Amino acid sequence: MAEKLIEIKNLQVSFGRGRKKFIAVDRVSFDIYKGETFALVGESGSGKTTIGRAILRINPTTAGEILYKGKKINGRISKELDKEIIKNCQMVFQDPMASLNERAKVDYIVSEGLINHKLYKDEQDRKNKVDQALRDVGLLPEFATRFPHEFSGGQRQRIGIARALVMEPEFIVADEPISALDVSIRAQVLNLLNKLKRERGLTYLFVAHDLSVVRFVSDRVAVIYKGRIVELAETEELFNHPLHPYTKALLAAVPIPDPRKERNKELLIYDPAIHDYSVDKPVWEEISAGHYVYGNRKELEQYRKEI
Amino acid sequence: MNNKIILSAKDVEIAFNLRGRTLKAIRKCSLDLYQGETLAIVGESGSGKSVFTKSFLGMLDANGKITGGTIEYHGTDISKYKTEKQWMTIRGKKISMVMQDPMTSLNPLMTVGKQLQEAITRNQGLHGRAAKAEAIAMLEKVGIPDAKNRYHQYPHEFSGGMRQRVVIAIAVACHPEILICDEPTTALDVTIQAQILKLIRDLQQEYNMTVIYITHDLGVVANVADRVAVMYAGQIVEYGMVEEIFYDAWHPYTWALMSSLPQYGIKGEDLPSIEGTPPNLFYQIQGDAFAPRNQRPLEIDFVEEPPYFEISPTHQAKTWYLDPRAPKIQQPEIFRKLKEEYLEEMHHG
Repeated sequence: MAEKLIEIKNLQVSFGRGRKKFIAVDRVSFDIYKGETFALVGESGSGKTTIGRAILRINPTTAGEILYKGKKINGRISKELDKEIIKNCQMVFQDPMASLNERAKVDYIVSEGLINHKLYKDEQDRKNKVDQALRDVGLLPEFATRFPHEFSGGQRQRIGIARALVMEPEFIVADEPISALDVSIRAQVLNLLNKLKRERGLTYLFVAHDLSVVRFVSDRVAVIYKGRIVELAETEELFNHPLHPYTKALLAAVPIPDPRKERNKELLIYDPAIHDYSVDKPVWEEISAGHYVYGNRKELEQYRKEI
Repeated sequence: MNNKIILSAKDVEIAFNLRGRTLKAIRKCSLDLYQGETLAIVGESGSGKSVFTKSFLGMLDANGKITGGTIEYHGTDISKYKTEKQWMTIRGKKISMVMQDPMTSLNPLMTVGKQLQEAITRNQGLHGRAAKAEAIAMLEKVGIPDAKNRYHQYPHEFSGGMRQRVVIAIAVACHPEILICDEPTTALDVTIQAQILKLIRDLQQEYNMTVIYITHDLGVVANVADRVAVMYAGQIVEYGMVEEIFYDAWHPYTWALMSSLPQYGIKGEDLPSIEGTPPNLFYQIQGDAFAPRNQRPLEIDFVEEPPYFEISPTHQAKTWYLDPRAPKIQQPEIFRKLKEEYLEEMHHG
């Protein structure tokens, strides 16, 4: 792992203002390396999707910096850079039933980005690109003339992926790409995402709440709780040596498809009140190589002993 | 769990009328429910798991009806019930249901307490102060802190997990014999999910209920179920005790479901996936409904529907693989491994 594709420094995103101000993401910092799958895990409302959307410039940021290949991409940026970001960073949405335009044919849905950015030479070139994108995700080029309602959930999610791929991006934010799919098709979509990563060297930000899926697909994982990343480590490291109490609670709650193990497991409930941050202020620290935890001095000492 | 059958469905067929076409959602489903057990029904969307259980409560949509078979409950065939009045003697009182999404199953214009009290008044005949006291007691029982004040709040003031607790309180308020939980935790976070499953289990013990879980999450099944029924295309294709399904399944669909779980996948390799889509139930199905998606189908799968084959007195599967004349087929690797581990543990006590 060498090149940093995305760097996030002290990112803050808030909604509303004055008394209604709500800080969704609070001083979050992490890097995403080229070619890796970086997973953000947390409960609903923890701000994981907001981070993904902030990178793609969908949600404006209130503080901090987001760098793409060393260039700042949040806040005011030049038109050219904006175009470059849109082309290179794409998103796959959660619910394929809601994220495709019902009144447009697949051909238009997939090529909308190309049309907006005039990324094709002529009509034939555009058609070829759509054909290729559909083939890449395992659909037939003939499907281009059909409407989204003619497809099943798994196929629709493939269309959503084709739409992102046609732009030839480097970086894809996959926001819970399989949560809305049926168990039997989840594997298909996971395999497809993995295949595209292998073949094209794509980098993913994988936003999810299902830890079993995260373990399977990602290289590194960040656990987010109420807008703040509490722990970040390589996947196996995190699963084998969780340190932060919230990570432990989250891992303990993951259902295991094995009745004996599932029934003998111990449930942990996370109570944020255990942290006493009144005097000893918490910091974000690298506790062992590549393993970061959020905690105060006393807690960090405790965590060090656990390793 | 004892051996007393509390509800027995035999060869149930349910059809929906959709713009003049008939969709056969349930194709001869039989199920015995034993008193006090927890049964999990697993299957993908459209497999009919919800429709099948809704028919026990007379809650099918207006265009659907039971076209064959019997559902015997306490000596009466409830599948022949016609009027709402008849169903109201069962629905809520004897058999009650927890729906999937707590965001939509409560009335947003009514306080939580009133909704719970409504169920108590209707099914226990309590009124006024007594009903209110019971409602507050019930809210406390399902783990809602500060129940006295929460009683006067509206659903939007509750979090998802808390709302699901309210829905469970309403379903359990009338001490039903059978509680049907239709994907009760799908809309919730994992940490909350574990708490809700525990709550349902505690209530089940306290009220001596029989619980049916409808879910597609095999992790949930492993947690709660005594017995498992796997549904595919409107039929139960395999059923057995939870250990029999997880460690010794025989239907190719159950195999495919288990093998496609990321927990059993090898990182960096493809997950075994189920290609294709479930059959269209508008048409007559020839042979085994799963055959077109089965990676190793037998010739007969496309010709004739398989009967149930018995693997143990509690375990049956509807696949030609088990026919003595069928070629020898081995279970997938993961089952052999899990079974070995399981047997070893049994051996060592």
